[in-house]
Amino acid sequence: MTPSSGISLDPWFDNYADRAAGLTASEVRALFAVANRPEVVSLAGGMPFVAALPFDNVSRTVQRVIENSGPAALQYGSGQGLPALREHIMTIMALEGVRAGVDDIVVTTGSQQGLDLVTKLFINPGDAVLAESPSYVGAIGVFRSYQARVEHVAMDDQGMIPEALTERIAHLRAEHIPIKFLYLIPNFQNPAGVTLSASRRLEILDIAQAEGILVLEDNPYGLLWFDQAPPHAIRSADDAGVIYLGSFSKTFAPGLRVGWVVAPHGIREKIVLASEAAILSPSSFSQMILADYFDTNDWKGQITTYRDLYRERRDTMVSALATHLPQIPHTLPTGGFYLWLTLPEGLDSKEMLPRAIKELVAYTPGTAFYANGAGRDNLRLAFCYPEPAFIEEGIKRLSRVVTEELELLETFGPAKKAIPLEVTLDAPPPEVH
Amino acid sequence: MTSPLKVLVLSGGISHERDISLKSGRRVTDGLLAHGLEVTLRDPDATLLKALVETQPDVVWPVLHGASGEDGALRGLLDMLGIAYVGSDGEATRIAWNKPVAKTLVERSGVATPASITLSRDAFRELGAESVLATVAEHLGLPLIVKPAFGGSAQGVSWVDSTDELRQAMVHAFTYADSALVEQRIVGTEVCVTIIDTGDGPRAITPVEIEPLSGHYDFEARYTAGATRFFTPPRLDQKVIEALHAQATTAFSALGLRHLARIDFMVDQEGTPWFLEASTMPGLTETSSTVLALDSAGYDIGSVYAALVESATS
Repeated sequence: MTPSSGISLDPWFDNYADRAAGLTASEVRALFAVANRPEVVSLAGGMPFVAALPFDNVSRTVQRVIENSGPAALQYGSGQGLPALREHIMTIMALEGVRAGVDDIVVTTGSQQGLDLVTKLFINPGDAVLAESPSYVGAIGVFRSYQARVEHVAMDDQGMIPEALTERIAHLRAEHIPIKFLYLIPNFQNPAGVTLSASRRLEILDIAQAEGILVLEDNPYGLLWFDQAPPHAIRSADDAGVIYLGSFSKTFAPGLRVGWVVAPHGIREKIVLASEAAILSPSSFSQMILADYFDTNDWKGQITTYRDLYRERRDTMVSALATHLPQIPHTLPTGGFYLWLTLPEGLDSKEMLPRAIKELVAYTPGTAFYANGAGRDNLRLAFCYPEPAFIEEGIKRLSRVVTEELELLETFGPAKKAIPLEVTLDAPPPEVH
Repeated sequence: MTSPLKVLVLSGGISHERDISLKSGRRVTDGLLAHGLEVTLRDPDATLLKALVETQPDVVWPVLHGASGEDGALRGLLDMLGIAYVGSDGEATRIAWNKPVAKTLVERSGVATPASITLSRDAFRELGAESVLATVAEHLGLPLIVKPAFGGSAQGVSWVDSTDELRQAMVHAFTYADSALVEQRIVGTEVCVTIIDTGDGPRAITPVEIEPLSGHYDFEARYTAGATRFFTPPRLDQKVIEALHAQATTAFSALGLRHLARIDFMVDQEGTPWFLEASTMPGLTETSSTVLALDSAGYDIGSVYAALVESATS
């Protein structure tokens, strides 16, 4: 017998917290299911090309960990992380000018958990987070889940524009909205691929210090530069007002799910407690594998291998875009994984995706990287995963898609773009290439 | 003792509805396995036809939504190979897949269907968008619904309340297909009727009334558990429910369907059911109305699936 209120396939639907709003099925996200098929050239996901790792060495490392430290590797560990790994992290961060002691570092389950912990500690519903325009979809998802108000700040090919930051802060202050932190990806930004210039790093830090705003610096790509290293990390200039997020996902492998946070003392203590409350401890097994790998392998050589591989793929993509889509401007990253394209006026990257899937090419619509529904004029292409020949083919297919869409535009004229009140999930799930 | 039937469930594919198909396929597989059948689940690809010839399954169940799964191509090939399968044959599937053609056939059998026009991209290019849109809006009136001529899961579908929205709705539909159906939108109660035929004639299962909380039964409302309320039997007069049974069965026969289908209707304020479309391989996910209909009507889902497989072999 049907109850008078009808049958709900989720009887708890009315019980969810407000922060669960927006966690719904998405037409765009469902399209990405096709992206993992071999016929499809996926330029959508940001999966590192882990096939380039020295698998024999990795295999020996895993074997050694089990043989020498099996019981400890399969046991709970310290909430702050394995000291031996934290020592390696110190060495890695020194390459980017960051000095930190072993006790300053908290190992997390990927830097994504670091993002979550920092947001959990600082954000009350309605508090503002300042972020680049566009910004990392995974960060926006975390900020929204804690009901933060994400305020995008304009950027150009040198990264976030300091004047725009000052203006945005003044605007929020005038509205009496608390600003809790400024989230930045200074190196080879996801999704735009641009790098924050050295002078702007200092300018932005000055603004943050003057305004009493904490900086959250996310740096997963910093070591993956192609021609020259980016400027030193912002954290290297201020260890009291900057939280630094690091990750092994891009420089080694995301499957181990290991990242880290370096934070000022008071914040760090709270991060450790919050992390223990959430996960008890990061994976001992993964941490031991990483520590052994760094002890026994030429890890710097592996990073050079990754750099060479990604440089070749970026070059292929840039060259293919020049050949097949010369009318479309894009950023020119000097490291990392991504290019950011600006479509001809009137085209809509979200609307265009079903046609792209039909043409067997996938990308991420620009809307995924904004908390306010903007980004329809843009799309992100990832060059990290497909082999160069597939990148070339993918851009050819994309060019056919753009041609078809331009024909539609010519027939119907530009669309009136309504900004949706509810922003949906337009990004591929993590397992998409 | 006879050995269990070997069933190959196909799900996935490269259509826009791949994600839904994968979910449906796993559910069907679970139902058949629980019933003791020997089931293999696979994604169709370039090696499929060769594998079919080599492995010779007793029955194939193409739980594929969209593209080759529902446009009749794969089923036609299965006919050529002499392999039994669950679902309507290639020709019937091809007809039902084409929404405008299906509407015409069903209307000829005496079932009402909303006034509509089918427009290709080329028609707009040749005749000019302004004049075509103005003519359509003037003659069909508002509100309208615009959908790709092929495909399901409400992908590419727009609910149009003003002439301004019609332009964008056409563009949205054309990103999924080169032809779109513009249909008068009947205001009333949305109802789905599942039809099962396991060899003893088509049986209409008690209809399911659909009440999406957002007002539109779009992709989000279909696949977010809890975003839609269902009523079975529908909150309609018994006479209307009986009419739905009869008209769904008529549509099923008019389209030459077999085994399993879902027929969608809108029932207007006067109690008249209007045929919208037929799905020859309805979604069989956790949130699908066909599964809900069978479950609510007291059917054991696995038994129904097993009966359909058995029926396909006869």
